[in-house]
Order: sequence, then C-alpha cells, then structure tokens
Amino acid sequence: MDKIATRDAYGKALLELGRINKDIVVLDADTSASTRTGWFAKEFPERFFNFGIAEANMMGYAAGLSLSGKIPFVSSFAVFGALRTYEVIRTSVCWSNLNVKIVLTHAGISVGEDGPSHQSVEDIGALRVLPNMTIIVPADGIETRKAIFAAVEHKGPVYIRLGRAKFPLLTEADFKIGKARIIEDGKDVTIIACGLMVFEALKAREDLLKEGINVRVVNMPTIKPIDREMLIACAEETKGIVTAEEHSIIGGLGSAVSECLSEYKPTLIKKIGLKDTFGISGTPEELLKKFEIDSDSIKKAVYSMLNGKP
Amino acid sequence: MDIANLKAKAKATRRLIIEMLAEAGSGHPGGSLSCVEIITCLYFHIMRHRPEEPDWPDRDRFILSKGHSCPTLYSALALSGYFDLSHLKTLRKLGSILQGHPDMLTTPGIEVSTGSLGQGFSIAGGMALSARIDKKPSRIYVLLGDGEMQEGQVWEAAMSAAHYRLSNLTAFLDYNRLQIDGRVEDIMAVEPVRLKWESFGWDVAEIDGHNILEIIDACEKAKSSSKPSMIIANTIKGKGVSFMEGKVEWHGVAPTKEEAEKALLEIEI
Repeated sequence: MDKIATRDAYGKALLELGRINKDIVVLDADTSASTRTGWFAKEFPERFFNFGIAEANMMGYAAGLSLSGKIPFVSSFAVFGALRTYEVIRTSVCWSNLNVKIVLTHAGISVGEDGPSHQSVEDIGALRVLPNMTIIVPADGIETRKAIFAAVEHKGPVYIRLGRAKFPLLTEADFKIGKARIIEDGKDVTIIACGLMVFEALKAREDLLKEGINVRVVNMPTIKPIDREMLIACAEETKGIVTAEEHSIIGGLGSAVSECLSEYKPTLIKKIGLKDTFGISGTPEELLKKFEIDSDSIKKAVYSMLNGKP
Repeated sequence: MDIANLKAKAKATRRLIIEMLAEAGSGHPGGSLSCVEIITCLYFHIMRHRPEEPDWPDRDRFILSKGHSCPTLYSALALSGYFDLSHLKTLRKLGSILQGHPDMLTTPGIEVSTGSLGQGFSIAGGMALSARIDKKPSRIYVLLGDGEMQEGQVWEAAMSAAHYRLSNLTAFLDYNRLQIDGRVEDIMAVEPVRLKWESFGWDVAEIDGHNILEIIDACEKAKSSSKPSMIIANTIKGKGVSFMEGKVEWHGVAPTKEEAEKALLEIEI
C-alpha cells in the first residue's frame, strides 16, 4: 500500500494553489521545514512570511492579511498553532468569521518520540467550541489535498489537522466539507473514524470479518459541522457506534458524535481515544498500542458492544 | 490645516463621549478622553478615507487596539458620517450597532473587532504587510494603551513589524500612565518606553498627545521613515473633565446623569 504523510500532501497542494491563486499567502512559525510550507517559501518567497517562534502574533497577522483580501494559510505544530494561539483564534479570527486557514501538523500522539509537550490531543476539542470554525481531519494524502482546495473555496476560518507519520492512501471519492462517507459497509456495528484511525478501523474490520462480524467503517473527516444525516443513518442501521480518533475522548470526534446522537437518535457509543491523559515518548506504533487507540482496541470495543457490555 | 475646526471636533467628541457613557450607564471614560485629539486628527485631517465608501480598497486604516476606548472612535465615525449621530445613545444596549467593544460586523467604519488587548496590534501589522505586498498607498494607524504594552503579543508584533520593515505602519501609544488596578509603574512597570521601542527597531517620536500640531507633525514625519513608527503620546487620563483627570477610578465607570451635567459644563468652557 502506498504511503504518504499528510503534511507532504499539504506542501504539494500549497504549491499547486500558489501557482493558480495570487491571493494565497503562507505564514509559519519556524517550523516550515517540518510543516512543508518551506516548499511554498522556496517558490513564492514574496508570499511567504516566517514569524519566528511567536505563534499568537502570527495568527493576528493572518487576521489582518485576510481583512485585506488575502487567503492566509497559517502553519505550525498543532499544539502551538491551536493552543498557544487560542484566544487569538477566538477573538481575532472566529468572532468576525475571517477567512484564515489554519493547517497544523504533528497532531496526535503519533508524533511519537518528542513526547507530551509536542503531542496535541486537545486541539479539536478546543477549536470545536468556537463559533464559525470548520474542522477537518483528513485520513490520507489524497483527502488532505482535497481538503486544502475545499478550504480555499470555503469563506471563513478552517482548521485542518495533519500528522507527522506517513499514512496509507485509502480515499478515492469526492471530498465535501461536512460530508462523511461509508468506506466499507456492514450491519453489525459502525466504526466512525478520522485521520490515521481510519486505517486502524479498516484493519479491525478485516480481522472481524474473519470472525463473522461485519462492521461498517465510516470516514468522517469533517468534525465540525458534523454529518448528522450519516450519524442518524448509522444509528438506525447498525447495532451501535464505535468512534476512533487520535485525540482525547473528551471534546473530539467521539464527543461530537455523542452530542449529536444523544439529541437526535440515542445510541450506544464507545469512544476510542486518549482517556483524559497526556502522552509519553515512544514510537507511534508503541504509543497507539499503549494508549489503546489501535485496531485491537477497536475490535475489543466492537466485541463489548455486541455482547451488550458497555 | 484648520486647527480651530479640529479643536471644535475634539470638543464635540468629548461631549459625545460623556453623553453616551452616561446614557449607557457603563463603559470607559478615562481612556476614551485621553485619546480624543489623536483620533480626531486621524479622522479629520490625517487619514485618507471615504465615509460614503467604507470599503474603498486604497483607504488608510485605523485599528483601535485598546478597544475599550471605542466611545471616542464611535464619535469620530458618527461625526465623519459613517452612521447617524442618533446611534451614539444606543451604546452598549441590546440590538445596538455600537457594541461594548468594537465589532466590525455591526458598526460601519470599524476595520476590525478588538477588545482583547494586544491583538489589534498584530492585525494592524497584517494589514500593513498586505498593503505592501500589493503596493497599495494605504497607511495603517493603530492605537495602543500603555497597560497594553504588558501583553507579550505586543512585543511579538513589534519585532515582526520591524523585521518586515513595515514603514506604512504608524502606532500611537496613549501614555496616560494609569490602568484599571492603579498606576502602570506600580502594576507592571513599562519604562523605559522610548528605549524599548527604539531597541525593537522602530522610529520613535515623543509628543504631547493633546497637542494637535504635534500629532499632525509626528504623523507627517512618520510617512518618510523607512521603519515602522511609534508616536509616544503623553496624555492625561480623563482629559477635559477636572474630576476625572488623572484619576484611576474613572477607568471603567460611567458618569451618573449629575456627573455628566457637571462634566459637560466644563467641556463647554
């Protein structure tokens, strides 16, 4: 299976966009080599601005650039770009619904060896409560490219959450903000995943099939606005829902799904994610296993759901 | 230049500030009165802007980073013709176009929503950068409070404006030396202010912030600088109303009807 890091897909998409849209400007905070905005900087130095290690100010500059008609892409690592900057995103960007695109890499614990200071597992929850914000977590490089292009067409703030690790290429269908998609159908339980966890969900599905369990896998890249129709359909058509994300179980995809279904179609939901804890150093594979956000953990959640044990 | 007219506008602005705050029953008179001459000179002499066409792309822009002084800005916008003067009496009331802090979505002529100190300064830098990329003639003006200088984001923004040589950016510091909790030097000292801005790579001028000629002269000089410019405007908090001048208690308390009447009599003289 081909693999590409979503940040690489981002770097390439920016280059494509830079060539066709002169309003695109790119801002980074001394992470351009890692976020891949450095590729844009090399081709379009007059439209790239490095702000040094000062993320909050960078976000404010992006707000000002957008007010003059630019389409700023702001990049850093997720933990700094979403959390250090939080009140600036809230007041300078979201309040006035400014056209700022926030694309942050190295999200989740799969950033690995750098440890908790660099592992963002709270960013979705933090940004999801902000009015006007759209949140997208692409599952692979193809979806990343489509999400970046869709963000340019969308007026208003967008947060796109990317990883450091190489993700297998899984998605082919069209991408539309706010729309989830059934990747593999099934009737027993629905696994709803985003980002790297879509791959883990598919692995779990393959194993479960061998045991006679047929689960549905839904790729839900847009966390906000959530695809309510898809959630209600899954709640009606399968016996329960397992959510899987590389984020805290508080505030992220699992919370968004629970909030929606508790109101529109009460359903048993089990959440796979970090259980209200910080990460530690380790390889991505070790960490996914240790924190029980891998395919084995998804399988266990499916078993417990089918046996009726929450 | 019609100094008499600018002085009359400043006086009218002070009256409107007192009237609207008394009507609202809350708000910030001290820091509104200290920046009257700065905002008056910008809107009625220095800036190129079109009240009948607020979105004119080549306009100069003003960002009130110390957003709590919005009564002064609202008065200048109303007197310029961005909206009717009658709106001033609705300040801070439900459904008003004049929110407690500047909101670009509700008030014609407001360039950007502010109120969280430090944030407007970065946004002004972004606007200046954008004008430079597009080779627009626009100049960007931004007003900071002295207490606001305690925000770290201000220094991040100061560093980047100098780094990108944003010579089309002119900042004013409303240096009235008081903040909510007391004297700035007691709460968190900001001196030496001039040296700080110079060392951050800015051209610095120091003026009497209530002197119209000095304000205009400093803005003219800033136009020919190759760096961003900081105009340190020494001001008096509550300027123009004797019982408010230099009194920290008047940072965020509106005058009663009786106090307002007393204040208006003084402004008339």
